[in-house]
Amino acid sequence: MLPTTLTPAAVSRVKAILFCIALIPLLRLFVFGFLDMLGANPIEFVIRSFGTWALTFLLITLTVTPLRKFTGANWLVQLRRMFGLYAFFYALMHMLSYVWLDQWFDWAEIGKNIAKHPFIIAGFSSFVLLIPLAATSTNAMMKHMKRNWQKLHYLVYPIAMLGVLHYFWLVKKDITQPVIYAVILTILLGIRVVWRLQQNAAK
Amino acid sequence: MLILPKSDIAPSDITPQEVYQERRQFLGMAGGLALAAALGGLSTSAAANTRQKFSGVISSKFGADEKPTPYKDVTGYNNFYEFGTSKSDPADFSETLRPRPWTVSIEGEVKKPKRIAIEDLYKLAPLEERIYRMRCVEGWSMVIPWVGFPLADLIKWAEPTGNAKYVEFFTLNDQQQMPGQRSNVLDWPYNEGLRMDEAMNPLTLMAVGLYGEQMPNQNGAPIRLVTPWKYGFKGIKSIVRIKFTEQMPVSSWMKANIHEYGFYSNVNPDVDHPRWSQATERRIGTGFFQKRQKTLMFNGYAEQVAQMYSGMDLRKNF
Ligand code: HEM
Repeated sequence: MLPTTLTPAAVSRVKAILFCIALIPLLRLFVFGFLDMLGANPIEFVIRSFGTWALTFLLITLTVTPLRKFTGANWLVQLRRMFGLYAFFYALMHMLSYVWLDQWFDWAEIGKNIAKHPFIIAGFSSFVLLIPLAATSTNAMMKHMKRNWQKLHYLVYPIAMLGVLHYFWLVKKDITQPVIYAVILTILLGIRVVWRLQQNAAK
Repeated sequence: MLILPKSDIAPSDITPQEVYQERRQFLGMAGGLALAAALGGLSTSAAANTRQKFSGVISSKFGADEKPTPYKDVTGYNNFYEFGTSKSDPADFSETLRPRPWTVSIEGEVKKPKRIAIEDLYKLAPLEERIYRMRCVEGWSMVIPWVGFPLADLIKWAEPTGNAKYVEFFTLNDQQQMPGQRSNVLDWPYNEGLRMDEAMNPLTLMAVGLYGEQMPNQNGAPIRLVTPWKYGFKGIKSIVRIKFTEQMPVSSWMKANIHEYGFYSNVNPDVDHPRWSQATERRIGTGFFQKRQKTLMFNGYAEQVAQMYSGMDLRKNF
C-alpha cells in the first residue's frame, strides 16, 4: 500500500500536505467561533478539542515507527518530528486555553488545582515532560546529544500514559473515550515490548 | 442534505408518537427528496404553534433580578444520561420519550398508596414561575425560569405517615423510551432522595415546565425535581414514582461513587469535588471572554435553607 521508497521531493510534498491537514483542528475552532457554533459552553469546547488533538497527535507520533517497520517504508520516520511537534503545539494551546480562558491567570487557583486534583496533576506532568522533547527536536540538538537524545525521547512513553490517565481521571462516569485511547496506546506500547523481548532473545 | 429542519421542540410533542415514527420509517424507505421536503415543511409549521404554553402561571418573587440563560442553552446543554452521556445527547435523542399519558405513583410510608395523572398534578396547586440558579457539580451554572409548584403541596396531598423521614424519587425505567439505559453507566432507574424537611422547604419545586411552556423532554418531561441550593444532579427528571421512607435513600450517584457524591450534595464552595474545584463556576451563555464567578454557599440560598443544616459538619455530610 505505502511505497517503500520516496524521493526527497516527494517526502517534502507529503509533509507539506500533512502539515496543512494537521492545522484543520485549529482552523475549525476559529470557524466555529466566528459562526457561533461552539455551543453553550464554548470554553469547555475549545479546551477539550485541544486536549483531544494533543493526545491524538501523540498517538499518531507513536504509530510512525511500528508502521515503518511493518511496511518497510523508511521515509515515514521523516514525518515523526512534525507529528510530535503538533502534539506539543496542541498541548500548549490546551494548557493556554485553560490558564487564560478558563482561569484568567488566577495563579493561586491554578496552583491549588494542580496540587489538589489528580487529573490536573497528570495533565500538567504530561505537559511539563513534553517541553524538553520539543526543545531538543532540532537536528543540531540531535547531533549534539547523541545517545542521550534517544534516552531523553523515551519520555514520550510516560507522557502518553499520563495523557491517557489524565483523560481517565477527568471523566465523570462514562469511560468509553479514555478506554479507546488506552487500548490504542496499549497496542502501540505492546508492539515495542514484543520487539524488545525478541531483541533480547536474539542476543 | 437537509431532510427535516431541526426545531427547538421534539416532533414527538406535536405529532402522535406512532404517526411520527411511521413517518420517519416512511421517509427512510422512500428517501424521496421532494416528498421529504414537503413533509418537513409541514412538520415545522405545525411545530411553530404547538410548543405548549401554560396559561395563568403566577409570577413569584424568586430570582426576578437574575437574567435567565438563553432558551437554546437551557434546552441544548443537559446532563440526562438516560439519553446519552454527552451534553447534546438529550436534545438530540429524547424524542423517544412520551411524556403523555403519564402517571406518578405515591408509595411507602403513606396512609394509602395512590396514583396521580400529570394533568391532575398541574391542578394540585397554582403553577408559579420561579427563576432559580442551577449549579452543576461540574462547575457550570445557569439561571432557569421554571414553572412548577412546591413539593410541599404534593406531600400534603400524599399524606405521609409519621414514619416518613425521607422522600425518594425514581425516574422512568424504560429502554424503549430512554435508550441510554441500555448502557450501564448508572444503576437504573435513576433515583434521588431528600430529607423530609428539605422536601417541605418552600424553595423545593416540582417543575413541570420552563420559559412558561411545558417541560421539554430533554429537561425531564413531564415533571422533575428542582432543589436550587443543591448540585444539579439532585434534580431528578421524568419522575414516575415517589416513595416515603424511614431510611435514608441511596441515590444512583451515591452508588456510582460514594466518595464523590454524598446524600446532601449541597452547593458548597469550600468543599471541593475530587475532580473539580467548587470555588467558582462558569455561567453558561455569557460568552467567550466572561470570567468564572465565585460560587456562593448553598448557591446563594443560605437565607432559606441554612437553618436546616445548623450543627451539621458539612465537610462530612457533603
Ligand atoms: C498543564 C497541563 C494540562 C491542564 C491544566 C489540562 C487541563 C484540562 C482540563 C481542564 C480539561 C477539561 C476537563 C473538563 O472539561 O471536565 C482537559 C481535558 C483533556 N485534556 Fe488536558 N490538561 C493538561 C495537559 C494535557 C495534555 C499534555 C494532554 C495530552 C497528552 C491532555 C489531554 C486532554 C484530553 C484528551 C482531554 C479530554 C478531552 C475531551 O473530553 O474530549 N491534557 N484537560
